[in-house]
Amino acid sequence: MELIEVPLHAVAHSRAGDKGNRANLSLMPYDPALWPALAEQVTEARVLALFAHRGATRCTRYDLPLIHAFNFIIDDALEGGVNGSLNLDGHGKSLSFRLLSLTVKVPADKLPRT
Amino acid sequence: MSDLFLVGNGAGFSGDRVDAPIPVVRALVQRGLPAAMFFECLAERTIALAQIEKRRDPDAGYEPMLERLLEPILVDCARAGIPILGNFGAANPMAAARCVARLARRLGIPELRIGVVTGDDVSGTVDLSKLAVHEADAGLDMSAWTLVSANAYIGAAPLAEALARGAQVVVAGRTSDPSLAIAPLMHHYGWAEDDWQALALGAACGHLLECGSQVTGGVFWDPGFKDIPDPANIGFPYAEIGRDGSLVVTKPAGTGGLVDLRSVKEQLLYELHDPAAYLTPDVVMDITGVTLEQQGRDRVALRGVKGHARPERLKVTACYEGSWLGEGEVSVAGPNALARARATADVLLQRVKQRGLGRRARADLIGISAVHDSDAGALWRSYDGPEPPEIRIRLAVESATRDDADQASREALAMLCCGTAGTSGARWRVTPRILTRSFLVPREMVPTEVTVREARLWN
Repeated sequence: MELIEVPLHAVAHSRAGDKGNRANLSLMPYDPALWPALAEQVTEARVLALFAHRGATRCTRYDLPLIHAFNFIIDDALEGGVNGSLNLDGHGKSLSFRLLSLTVKVPADKLPRT
Repeated sequence: MSDLFLVGNGAGFSGDRVDAPIPVVRALVQRGLPAAMFFECLAERTIALAQIEKRRDPDAGYEPMLERLLEPILVDCARAGIPILGNFGAANPMAAARCVARLARRLGIPELRIGVVTGDDVSGTVDLSKLAVHEADAGLDMSAWTLVSANAYIGAAPLAEALARGAQVVVAGRTSDPSLAIAPLMHHYGWAEDDWQALALGAACGHLLECGSQVTGGVFWDPGFKDIPDPANIGFPYAEIGRDGSLVVTKPAGTGGLVDLRSVKEQLLYELHDPAAYLTPDVVMDITGVTLEQQGRDRVALRGVKGHARPERLKVTACYEGSWLGEGEVSVAGPNALARARATADVLLQRVKQRGLGRRARADLIGISAVHDSDAGALWRSYDGPEPPEIRIRLAVESATRDDADQASREALAMLCCGTAGTSGARWRVTPRILTRSFLVPREMVPTEVTVREARLWN
């Protein structure tokens, strides 16, 4: 099967939350069959790199295979969090879409749209 | 039939749609099952803003939309025996109770029993400097901070006590969000305070519902990818909880939005860290064994939640007034907008530095990079994509005094004459910054008190 590189947004959805200076980003493939491919490609290191410009220090990924989901916790991603941030989005609620801009390679037949 | 209890949500934050509770209450009344409604109106810093309001007016400091939220549903709930619980008391639960009492009298139900839970406000009773810090806010210099509020997240037990004493409306200040859903379940099913399995079910119910529309399509819809029906009228959620431990999330028929596996997964993981240990004052919830099943349209069942013993200590969040935020914005549009925007941002930052107006400053190019960017502007500075038709430049400055923040924000205004060609649309404002810090407090240091009386007696 041919692999096609797409943004995560084409095959998965995400929601961002916060606690203090930590962001939490969920990630769920629309097609549960893609969960292993995302588990292999959406690594803690790649997600941490997405937030390196903001001084993020650590990323932890929790796997929830029963509901085909992941939960990413990114420490120090919010430049002070809603407490101290100068960002318009102090909560980091828009950051789910930064995660969804990360690219992954998926089998062409798993793409809901091209 | 009587093996089911319904829990409806009428608000997910202070600022939510005020007409949202109406269809939920209608659905609960139509179902004819024992039920309760809860309102979550208190984000981390909302209580500090309420405390500031209370200082200005001793009869203020509670949810400003309280009357608007309750007026259309109060009589129906009272008639149907559906208690209403909410943390809409914010910094002033007693004043909120008086507001509900006035409303009840005006609506012709002076016999409505209103309960108030107090004790969450520990600003005058607990010495914060002796407590362990919960979420380390490393690098924050607290020396110049002025304490505004300190509130413990109290659990479901005092709320359930108010229900046991006949309260039809329960007004609280700071509670944990899921506790507002756990309390009516505790009361209805007679759950013990250490029945961790049952309490975890209640916590799951509360967690899924506490943000209102977030489980029924709010902050979910993504046109072309995750479409929802009628986003202008998203139905708020309610849950069916069975004595046997079943939990189904659904929403009123005839409303917008949806409940499906996608929306429930997003909310299940929202603001959750370790899925094996979601801490509430009532129970530690473990969702690692959870499975979900779509049971027909807008119905999702959750199974397999586990409960562990509650934490020894309660979380206290303290809010401080520490500094001022000055913000100013201008727009540029048309040919060479990108170069003009970059130059504007650089000059604004230079002016703030030159005049010594801020401790920290950042500039955003809204339309290029802002909410995803860093204080240093790493993304917009390295941007090499196409030029957008318009860009808005935003300056944000943290200052020690209101005057410095005001002067910094006015640097954006000054760009109307001193800025690049075609600079337009200046807006500037100053706001006090509320800083928070969390601590852990032994439970015995946070005694709660429950007061229940009829609306005609609240003055």
